[in-house]
Amino acid sequence: MLELRIAGRDFGQPVLGEVFATIERGDRICLLGPSGIGKTTLLNAIAGLDKSVPDEAVIGRGKLRVGYLFQEHRLLPWRSLDANLRLVGASDREAEALLEQVGLSGYGHYLPDQLSLGMARRAALARCLAVKPDLLLLDEPFASLDPVMAGELKALIAGILDSHPDMAMICVTHDGGDAEILANRLWYLDGKPARLQWDDPIGEPGLIDGLLGRLRGLDLTGS
Amino acid sequence: MKGRSGRPPLWSYWIVLPSFVVLWALTAWLLQSPLLPTPLSVLDTLIRESASGELWHHLGATLARVVVAFVLAMAIGTAIGIVMGRSQTTNALFDPLLVLLLNLPALVTIILMYVWFGLVEVAAVMAVVINKVPNVAVTVREGARSLDYRLEEMATVYEFTRWQRLRQVWVPQLFPYLMAATRGGLALIWKIVLVVELLGRSSGVGFQLHMAFQVFDVAAILAYSLAFIAVVQLIELAILQPLERRSSRWRQPEAAHA
Repeated sequence: MLELRIAGRDFGQPVLGEVFATIERGDRICLLGPSGIGKTTLLNAIAGLDKSVPDEAVIGRGKLRVGYLFQEHRLLPWRSLDANLRLVGASDREAEALLEQVGLSGYGHYLPDQLSLGMARRAALARCLAVKPDLLLLDEPFASLDPVMAGELKALIAGILDSHPDMAMICVTHDGGDAEILANRLWYLDGKPARLQWDDPIGEPGLIDGLLGRLRGLDLTGS
Repeated sequence: MKGRSGRPPLWSYWIVLPSFVVLWALTAWLLQSPLLPTPLSVLDTLIRESASGELWHHLGATLARVVVAFVLAMAIGTAIGIVMGRSQTTNALFDPLLVLLLNLPALVTIILMYVWFGLVEVAAVMAVVINKVPNVAVTVREGARSLDYRLEEMATVYEFTRWQRLRQVWVPQLFPYLMAATRGGLALIWKIVLVVELLGRSSGVGFQLHMAFQVFDVAAILAYSLAFIAVVQLIELAILQPLERRSSRWRQPEAAHA
């Protein structure tokens, strides 16, 4: 579906090294790695937001619809939730159904900044779904949420993944527990410049524990 | 809102302005000179000019020039400002010209336009537009530079069309700058239009002031000035303030949802 041939990404000093990978429909990838290593940079490169990464480096993106859940909600603050969803192509009825799906039934006329952080993030998730995405990009979807809200959102995303078997997902997180629930594939980004250290499928139960154990070991050695 | 920078309470206008009129009436009564007519004789002139239709004809001509010049100047200035704010190359190209135009006295533009194109309407309006465009461009450029890159990325990911990007993402962010340009713009354009009319047109408030000046008809000068001030205030109250209120509503959401 999507092939990454990123040759490197420069901010004066290289941040992102070579990243080669393919993403297939139904892939649920959790992108792990130390903070500041360039996980968001890689996500932006995949989304086509990074001007220094040429379009040819992400083969197949042109045909894909992408839903991107940014760390901030990035809804238009001067438009209601309804209007924000309609702007990306949802009909009135679809907007209502999507808000209901993310637990914001009846909030359609609210402005984004009238919502709590958790609600605004769910509204932004509804916008991701409004484009009927082939690829869902999530940038730390559970960051700065309290454990209860984070748990609810995790269950919500897991449900969405179940009902969209063809959709691919890449989720940036620094919590291996998220990967356990959401992912069937694990990316670990590390090094200077950052490369994918591991690209492992999570198949049998128990394997993920082994993988996470390896990750923890790596973190401890601080390499 | 009751800070030192805010508007004074309404009653102060109802005390200060009538007091000023009384003072003016007293001075005029003491001097008994045709060069300072009493408020009553100015009012008399105003009514006479209005009844004859002269006032409306000239006020209308001035208003039409202001509207055309304003719309053109805002459209051109906004376009230039946005492009300059978004592209460093364009900025490098236009900025020296802006510095030149910003420091060019309005009178010079007016004279040059009349000399080059004759005493025609197009030259008059062009002179006003050329005077105003640099101010609009500089103001809007500031706004375009401060556009939120996070919303830009969002609009890119969600494949907003050019029109959607302009209308939904840029204009709301540029709105305070557009309002500032509008306010400053109207104030400037009103004044320049009068000079343009005084120098080369045969209609408009500026032309009437010119005629009154020729015969030292101070009552007519004051009568036209008052009518002029009234129209400007009307535009402020009926158009600008409601527009500003309407478009900044999203900034003060009712209590945030808990």
